[in-house]
Amino acid sequence: MTFINYAAREINCKIVYYGPGLCGKTTNIQFIFDKTGAGAKGKLISLATESERTLFFDFLPIELGTIRGFRTRFHLYTVPGQVFYDASRKLILKGVDGIVFVADSQEARMDANVESIRNLKENLAEHGYSIDKVPYVLQLNKRDLPTAVAVPELVRALRFRNEPVFEAVASKGSGVFETLKAVVKGVLVDLKSR
Amino acid sequence: MAVSDLVLLEADHTRFASILDRLRHDSNAKVVFLIDKNGQQLATAGDLTGLDPTSLASLTAGNVAATDGLAKLLGEREFSILFHEGEHDNLHINVVSGKAILVVIFDERSSLGLVRLRVKKSTTELGTILDDIVARSQSQRASAVGSFAPFAEITDDDIDALFS
Repeated sequence: MTFINYAAREINCKIVYYGPGLCGKTTNIQFIFDKTGAGAKGKLISLATESERTLFFDFLPIELGTIRGFRTRFHLYTVPGQVFYDASRKLILKGVDGIVFVADSQEARMDANVESIRNLKENLAEHGYSIDKVPYVLQLNKRDLPTAVAVPELVRALRFRNEPVFEAVASKGSGVFETLKAVVKGVLVDLKSR
Repeated sequence: MAVSDLVLLEADHTRFASILDRLRHDSNAKVVFLIDKNGQQLATAGDLTGLDPTSLASLTAGNVAATDGLAKLLGEREFSILFHEGEHDNLHINVVSGKAILVVIFDERSSLGLVRLRVKKSTTELGTILDDIVARSQSQRASAVGSFAPFAEITDDDIDALFS
């Protein structure tokens, strides 16, 4: 749910990074934080376990510039990917304006990717959203691993609405900002069309 | 999207700010925040030095969301009041009309009883404004006339310029 603040001349949107456990959601956010200038980002909040698995969410506010006199601010969230944190994932999705699905390219994680997309659809529906309408981007992460499934096969299995697809190696930063730009653009175009 | 955008006009912000200022003064609080349940800051009153309002808003919303989840598990509609006691500062969190969250940060110059008393009155006033805002957003959405969105006329070049 976009927040338009005329008093502060700001528009605030929420983007959620979704995907199975250990697929690279937090890694994406951390890279964005590391490479974004100090004036364009806020604090990176990570609510994680001692073993650095996301427990509740990661949160990073960034500002991209002004458009029509309004500062555009995006709140980036990640969800915990482990299966048993579904209740938390539902909470984080509330008010979402754009989604990045981070898929783990490893062959052993194909089932987890598919299940996570199914879970995303279900959780969105509970909030009254349709996964076919919310701005959505698919990132194929971990492209550098030897067990990575070929891109066409991944696309066949995971892409379902002709969404933009980006290959990435989030641990090295490759594809991270391209993905972010695509989902930001999707959110703004969606806003424009309302 | 199934839900309406939240549009805060300057007049709304002024009304909120006035109520929060009075609440802060009457309760001897350090800072008072009003945030929406999605973690967006609506208005503040008090000295924000040393505080990161964006992080505070996001974490408080997460806190309330998690508490809402707990309430539902227990068969409660919601836990509308949360209180966190610290060594120096305390945090009083109150859900307003199910739509927003009122956060009061206070220290030994105030007391929980005083804060709760003052918050109760402010909650009613804030709830009225929030109801007006929601009703206005829904009415705008239904009529599809005179959209508040400042982006109705933006171009693809405007969007691309953000990334240049």
